[in-house]
Amino acid sequence: MDEKMVSLRINNIPVTVPAGTTVLEAARSAGFNIPSLCFLKDVNEIGACRICVVEVKGAKSLVASCVYPVAEGMEVFTNTERVRKSRQLTLELILSNHRMDCLTCARNSECELRQLASDLGIDAVRYASDNMYPQIEDSAPHLVRDNSKCVLCRRCTAVCRATQEVGVIGCNDRGFATHIGCAFDRDLNEVDCVSCGQCIVACPTGALSEKDDTGKVLAALADPKKHVVVGPAPSIRVTLGECFGMPIGTNVEGKMVTALRRLGFDKVFDVDTAADFTIMEEGTEFLSRLNGGGKLPLITSCSPGWIRYMEQHAPDMISNVSTCRSPQQMFGALVKTYYAETMGIDPDDIFVVSIMPCTAKKYEVRREEQRLPNGCMPVDVSLTTRELGRMITQAGMLFDHLPDGEFDEMLGISTGAAAIFGASGGVMEAALRTVVEELTGGDMAPMEYHEVRGMEGVKEASYELPGRTVRVCVASGLHNVKLVLDGIRDGSLHYDFVEFMACPGGCINGGGQPIQHADVRNFTDIKALRAAALYKQDEGMEYRRSHKNPVVQTVYHSYLGEPGGHKAHELLHCTYIKQKRYRV
Amino acid sequence: MPNCKTVVPYRGTPEQEERLRQVIAEHKGQPGATMPVLQAAQEIFGYLPEEVQIMVAEGLDIPLSEVYGVASFYAQFTLNPKGKYQISICLGTACYVKGAAAILNAVEQKLGIVPGTITPDGKFSLDSCRCVGACGLAPVMMINNDVYGRLTPDQVGPILDMYK
Repeated sequence: MDEKMVSLRINNIPVTVPAGTTVLEAARSAGFNIPSLCFLKDVNEIGACRICVVEVKGAKSLVASCVYPVAEGMEVFTNTERVRKSRQLTLELILSNHRMDCLTCARNSECELRQLASDLGIDAVRYASDNMYPQIEDSAPHLVRDNSKCVLCRRCTAVCRATQEVGVIGCNDRGFATHIGCAFDRDLNEVDCVSCGQCIVACPTGALSEKDDTGKVLAALADPKKHVVVGPAPSIRVTLGECFGMPIGTNVEGKMVTALRRLGFDKVFDVDTAADFTIMEEGTEFLSRLNGGGKLPLITSCSPGWIRYMEQHAPDMISNVSTCRSPQQMFGALVKTYYAETMGIDPDDIFVVSIMPCTAKKYEVRREEQRLPNGCMPVDVSLTTRELGRMITQAGMLFDHLPDGEFDEMLGISTGAAAIFGASGGVMEAALRTVVEELTGGDMAPMEYHEVRGMEGVKEASYELPGRTVRVCVASGLHNVKLVLDGIRDGSLHYDFVEFMACPGGCINGGGQPIQHADVRNFTDIKALRAAALYKQDEGMEYRRSHKNPVVQTVYHSYLGEPGGHKAHELLHCTYIKQKRYRV
Repeated sequence: MPNCKTVVPYRGTPEQEERLRQVIAEHKGQPGATMPVLQAAQEIFGYLPEEVQIMVAEGLDIPLSEVYGVASFYAQFTLNPKGKYQISICLGTACYVKGAAAILNAVEQKLGIVPGTITPDGKFSLDSCRCVGACGLAPVMMINNDVYGRLTPDQVGPILDMYK
């Protein structure tokens, strides 16, 4: 690599960094942390909040280190009296317009603003406003916005506009009236929000949070007439530990199962198992389209954020999208039919809770097209990883002391293929493990498909199989999804099978996952650490191909019939409808 | 918030919409296209209702929130049409010290609207202005080209009633 290097001094300590590095990053390599607020690497780099200011010798004013590039011979001072006073005053002014109900705030001790106040030594806010009332917007099923806690950092609007290319929120009005909202200040449920929740994990304060559904679950658990069944998504086991201070990428599957059991769930099943059913159905659908001349590329349907995006922004692709329900919905469908009938329980008495990395799942569980032939909705409540973390804490469990538990077997045995669903490329790899074996007709088919792994936004591969080449593509983050869609439409990209995930990196980076502060996200690839834990789990699994899962084999043999057959279609597939983007 | 969504139904004509489409086509793909297109749109329609902003957003392939962000930021853009009778209340220094705030308040009460907006029947629109050059008559209200001076709040109702 022929990178040009630049030498400078930070607080009199010499450092050499690649040209183009920002002062903030260079300081870090010299061992200095520069506090920041609006800066979110690769998402929001606008130097607006002025918290990260430093002195640069020769510069007239303080500079925003998050966007200021290093230069040869530069002398930077990150901790002078002038810098400290400036940062403190700026933060005091930000706090003067922030409703500080910290003790009862959803973010509470996880708040970046609160951390900043502590780090900068703010001991009083001289300009505190005394007439701050909540400004709650909770029209959407997945999110609550309280603009009285918004600091206008614009991290949410940047992630919505650039990363997701949805852009349903922006800055309205000007001056003191400036606020984050939808166009014409419409409610979020009136606009084309895809419910991905990336704005929530980008928010430094309690201005954005998931809609808390833990009360509904606690009520169901306390109701003796309800048979309450839970299932966590593949990615939850590698992120839940972060709620309890464990290192990013710790797999806590056993403790998670024990915690769920101790919370009082009647059955602790695994959505991984349902993911194996997804592969059976989606794999069958792919093979039938491939061999029968059906519409290609086939596009996956696991991500409800992508599905909602497709229905609003790309309804011309509806016939390309797999009709498979998402694993969450397949899970609920199997619990309320196969499990209910086998155990002789009235499905109306069963309350299904899913633990999801995702806020769009809260929207998905309400979709009327998801209703089962027996009249039930598959899933009653979808909780995020964060909500489960809170339930465990509030139940007084010492998470790291919990012994490892095992899922209930009836819908609790799964495969490595299902485990990797949580990472971008995982669904594709899981499908290939089954489909390629089917097409090559033997156990010679490879187990691992490294071409579709990794955290790049768009990944492509092609595989030479008997009789034909299969071209696949994996994209995550709706900006990348849009790029691929545009290429498919204009004929410049040709694929047979495509995996789309709404969130960058897939479910491990979903909008319902534990929130990591910007000063962690800016310097650590949390997506890669979480994904690595899933691939490690896969390597150690007894079964690694979905069709080898004994539960899958039993349920098809005794209940569903053939994959893609009539009953499987009724229970495990759904339909999509074109949706309006605007309400006028 | 004065610049809020209008209550008057959209009455854009196909000719106006065609003119807007032409303007959008001329600017599409250029950096900074939003401002000139919105300025032209306001010239064509007189204001920027949601229907027009959606045409701009779809035409330029940018989110509606971005169009609205620009439209709500600049004072030159209005989200409301002007009424049959345009009321303008002077809030300049002389009028203000002579009680213009109470006059404005009386108009707001009578019509149920705030400055920058319009009554649902499209009859009255309300704005404030800075000095109409008639400080000797303070406080002053104008309705179209009619000037009313030395006003007291109780005169407001009868004056508005004269406009049918």
